[in-house]
Amino acid sequence: MTEIELRGVSRWYGNVVAVNDISMTIGPGVTGLLGPNGAGKTTILNMISGFLMPSRGEITVAGQSTWRNPAMFRQVGIVPERDSVYAFLTGTEFVTVTARLHGLPDADAAAQRAIDLVEMSEAQDRRISTYSKGMRQRIKVAAALVHDPQVLLLDEPFNGMDPRQRLHMMDLLHAQGDQGRVIVFSSHILEEVERLSGVIQVIVGGRLAASGDFRAIRRLMTTRPHVFLVHSSDDRALGAALIGRPAVSGVELTAHGLQVRASDYGTFTREVAGLSRDHGIRLRQVLPADESLESVFNYLLAS
Amino acid sequence: MAHVMMGDRSPMDNERTGQPMPGLLNGDIIWLTLRAAMGRRRALLFALPAFILIGISALLKATAHSQVWPPEVLGTVGYLILALTALIVGGSVLGAEIDDGSILHLLATPVKRRTVVLSKYLVAVVLTMVFAAVPEYVAGAIATGASSSLAVGLFVGALAGCVIYNALFVMLTAVFSPGQALAIGLLYVLLWEGLLASLVRGVSLLSAGHYSLAVANSIAHNTALHADLNLGTGIGMGLVVTAASLVFASVTLSAFNVTGDAA
Repeated sequence: MTEIELRGVSRWYGNVVAVNDISMTIGPGVTGLLGPNGAGKTTILNMISGFLMPSRGEITVAGQSTWRNPAMFRQVGIVPERDSVYAFLTGTEFVTVTARLHGLPDADAAAQRAIDLVEMSEAQDRRISTYSKGMRQRIKVAAALVHDPQVLLLDEPFNGMDPRQRLHMMDLLHAQGDQGRVIVFSSHILEEVERLSGVIQVIVGGRLAASGDFRAIRRLMTTRPHVFLVHSSDDRALGAALIGRPAVSGVELTAHGLQVRASDYGTFTREVAGLSRDHGIRLRQVLPADESLESVFNYLLAS
Repeated sequence: MAHVMMGDRSPMDNERTGQPMPGLLNGDIIWLTLRAAMGRRRALLFALPAFILIGISALLKATAHSQVWPPEVLGTVGYLILALTALIVGGSVLGAEIDDGSILHLLATPVKRRTVVLSKYLVAVVLTMVFAAVPEYVAGAIATGASSSLAVGLFVGALAGCVIYNALFVMLTAVFSPGQALAIGLLYVLLWEGLLASLVRGVSLLSAGHYSLAVANSIAHNTALHADLNLGTGIGMGLVVTAASLVFASVTLSAFNVTGDAA
């Protein structure tokens, strides 16, 4: 069984630590690397791809070290985030030349299968310079899949894709994962990861903040304390009513309304409307104040 | 939605051949590099200096009263143009792809890094021959006749220069960022070779231009070429510099680190 293994991997640039002592094993199926921008996801993917030397630790793919080992690419396909392809080639030329560089016996047929798989056959004879960003992503995926790799690494693969293309790519990656391939992709968008992968690795500040089944981690995320800004026809009365509820851990009356700390996101959002109605108070605004991914990730890191 | 296996090979087939692909040169990389080089607007830049050199030669032939100018002009201006063309061509065959990140698509294959370097280097050498060495011969032929020893000597010296300069400049782009490589290359050509080599004895021993002049002078036998080195030294040093540069470039590319994104 093909596995990716990271053992005590760190990477630093001068005094800046980009990845800090990460150990993980990634097996067949789809795994999401989730984290805010700058968390270290790309650095990790670059190290797994053998395009960045770990400052410390060891990375293997199917038991082989990835650093200075081009033979590894017989088993690995990569889709870099940077929108850099040979734009002067047509889609067909790009995928075919990639197949030839892999030494495939029938490069033309392999290229056509890969192009069909990403549904790019209509545009395959156009120059890549005329492609939209989503199309470029798909042709990059075709090139990465052309040699039938056991491991596929994708850095922010959904950037620039429209919703239909996104769904199609998710289906494609699911199918590849179901066939026993190791699919690893990075994303800073929670919903993408939620839809695509059962297993996630949450990276925050270069460290592995959480690892495992997405649903368990999602539960952690939704049961953390949340801050809401609430504005109503009678903030003081609403505050008094809210503080009596178990789902609320604190209320502060400010010039702009109530700042409510909810210990349970789901229960609070369900109760606040009913509570205000029971007290004859008209709700004007319920705004989550800390819904940035960074705050979610920081909470995970702290827990 | 097509849920199909890619190719007819089993995963075991992939694992069976765990060796990099053999071969010193790769036709697909040569094809890709040639298309990339000729497709860019800078391809026009390649031809411009050559036209200038031929134009100067034709103008001087028509207007100059004495015939002392050919070795002076073609040996200095001509070889300077050769060095700068090699800098543009040799600096772009690898450097441009490293700069825009497209090199990752090439390196994410089992092709040996040595093969990548040598294939790209070959393209650079051939392009520089076409855009600098051949015009040097044409300019020499205009000045002194197609079969003159000066024209032939300068042409053969220029061919040698294409081989040596491109190895140096491909190596620079493998080691340094494209901007740094260009700056170092310019300093080498203009300051080291253009100024110091004419002022300080011994500098010519580390000058690709003087290796080329040594080859040219072995045929032309013209003191006005100012060739400081003999043929043996020129060829010997040229081979050492070329081989060392290509080995160093291959080793550096084997340890290629993606830069510019610490996230």
